Amino acid sequence: MTLLTVDNLTLQFDTDEGRITAVDGVSFEVNAGEVLGLVGESGSGKSVTAKSLMKLNPGNAIYTPESKITLSLEDETVDVLSLKTNKSLRIVRGGAVSMIFQEPMASFAPAITIGDQMVEQLVLHKKITKKEAKAISVDMLDRVGISDAAKRFNQYAFELSGGMRQRAMIAMALSTNPKLLIADEPTTALDVTIQAQVIDLMKDLVAEFNMGIIFITHDLGVIAQTADKVAVMYLGKIIEYGSVRDVIRTPIHPYTQGLINAIPKLDDLDAELTPVAGDIPSPLERPSGCVFHTRCPVAEPVCSQQVPDMTAFDANHTAACLVAARERSAA
Amino acid sequence: MTEKPIISARDLSVHFTLRGGALFSKQTLKAVEGVNLDIPKGSFFGLVGESGSGKTTLGRAFLKALKITRGEARFDDGEVDYDLVTLPKDKLRDYRKRAQLIFQDPYAALSPRMTVRDIIAEPLEVMGLTSSREETDERVREIAAKCRLNLEHLRRFPHAFSGGQRQRISIARALVSNPRFVVADESVAALDVSIQADILNLLKDLQKELGLTYLFISHDLSVVAHICDHVAVMYLGRLVETAPTRELFAAPRHPYTKALLSAIPSLDPDNKGDAQKLEGEIPSPTNPPSGCKFHTRCPYAIDICKSVEPELTHSGMEHDVACHRWEELAEA
Repeated sequence: MTLLTVDNLTLQFDTDEGRITAVDGVSFEVNAGEVLGLVGESGSGKSVTAKSLMKLNPGNAIYTPESKITLSLEDETVDVLSLKTNKSLRIVRGGAVSMIFQEPMASFAPAITIGDQMVEQLVLHKKITKKEAKAISVDMLDRVGISDAAKRFNQYAFELSGGMRQRAMIAMALSTNPKLLIADEPTTALDVTIQAQVIDLMKDLVAEFNMGIIFITHDLGVIAQTADKVAVMYLGKIIEYGSVRDVIRTPIHPYTQGLINAIPKLDDLDAELTPVAGDIPSPLERPSGCVFHTRCPVAEPVCSQQVPDMTAFDANHTAACLVAARERSAA
Repeated sequence: MTEKPIISARDLSVHFTLRGGALFSKQTLKAVEGVNLDIPKGSFFGLVGESGSGKTTLGRAFLKALKITRGEARFDDGEVDYDLVTLPKDKLRDYRKRAQLIFQDPYAALSPRMTVRDIIAEPLEVMGLTSSREETDERVREIAAKCRLNLEHLRRFPHAFSGGQRQRISIARALVSNPRFVVADESVAALDVSIQADILNLLKDLQKELGLTYLFISHDLSVVAHICDHVAVMYLGRLVETAPTRELFAAPRHPYTKALLSAIPSLDPDNKGDAQKLEGEIPSPTNPPSGCKFHTRCPYAIDICKSVEPELTHSGMEHDVACHRWEELAEA
């Protein structure tokens, strides 16, 4: 069942230096019980895309009229971008959609106990008493693997370790029973052994709650281990989209290929590390045509003039590359 | 090894005194404890461990940026032989020239109010290594070219540069005094993968060209596997295993090293990395466990591990491990 449909999302910011396009014609779907990985480097627009789903972008954000984000719940269909008042936005801000952030220390209020923060949002979203909310919170803390949950409930964020804080963050995000969970680099600040624990926990939770998850990260290894589908972003565009096996094993777009070649692999220590040439262009100087042509090893003159469309290369595998599309139709 | 190591440490310890929770109470944090380590000249030496393992502290102790509490540390580059514990002030300036640091975050490490030329030239001026502006400029241009910086960029300010270019500026600044030993502390951790490979290749090229020895501190084992020739693994201030890179990755002996390796997410979606997921988290260094510091999380811990701290012992050619049970576990 399709839970979330993002269609032709284009988002611009008005800044002192001019209008910046942060997200450009992005479309994807998330089904219930499915993990979509959103991969890209800094400045690729992955976090901005995720924030659009909750309308959390700052006031200078402009959504084009064609942009559409639809959340299909059991009893209603929500047109997210048309929500205006804070009250109506609650459904996507903690109600049916929850978010986990990268830095759990910065996401908890430092002077309020973990428990009070969990109870506050529960009471806001559900018609329950504080006492019921406390019971739900303690139970949730217990389920994400926090030992001595009743004691932790009364502690402050600084009293917990990094991994524990991220677990508490997950518990808080899940306590309202969201249908869609957005996880923005949830394991980046954690050590590898703790990262492995958090990834396992999240996988168990998808299965248990049948949620849809959007997992944002720059780490393709983490994506390979968690996601069902993956969307690769570059300069605000999705340039490749497909099942995680297809995209990682047979990447089509030169950028995805470059990204995979640049990762040091443990099973072949002699392999040369090949960086993707050049630097990500500034958002103020967006390249014409294909946004990747300035760094692309196979770029042709046409790439700087024509914007490539997403082309289907396989049943569930699309990519936006003129050269690859031509070679395919020639073959 | 016939040549003398450039850095050698014996029983090296760095402790910090913390003020405790109660008034006037004091706690000792043993950030680095009893480290024995030789860094061969000309090596790319990796130091790995999770946050709180003491890897940064150890690196800074070698740079004499911290007070060494106990033990010995020597620096010998063939020209000078310094005892780092008792190094007198007048020699310290010379040591600063020979041992340098590349920082993690290229956004925080560069002053936004100085031009790139001034940032790179500052160490020369502070250390008084050049006698005229012309000489300084020439040295700056030379090192900037080696670090693949465009010479036109020298007049600009750091804000105009991307993460990768900034890291090249920090590297140029660290290398301008022509050091022999460079500590690179998480120097690629803040960079995107596509840029990371570029900086790693640059570090490697510079090593060959300038004959450098690196201590490369990182939490990322796959990066270390690719670039380092030796690796030391730290846990709660102790070295738990050291070996040549290939040896360590092919046949890790310490249960912690094994767990670290199996925790790296594989790029193959069907390789679920099975093995040994560690329970729990690294204990607080102010209140470390007794015996082997790893026993609280170790799947193989037995009684002796709880009471007796294992020493780092030879388990083969250049392969040292600190575990009571490594022999049994290697057979199993």
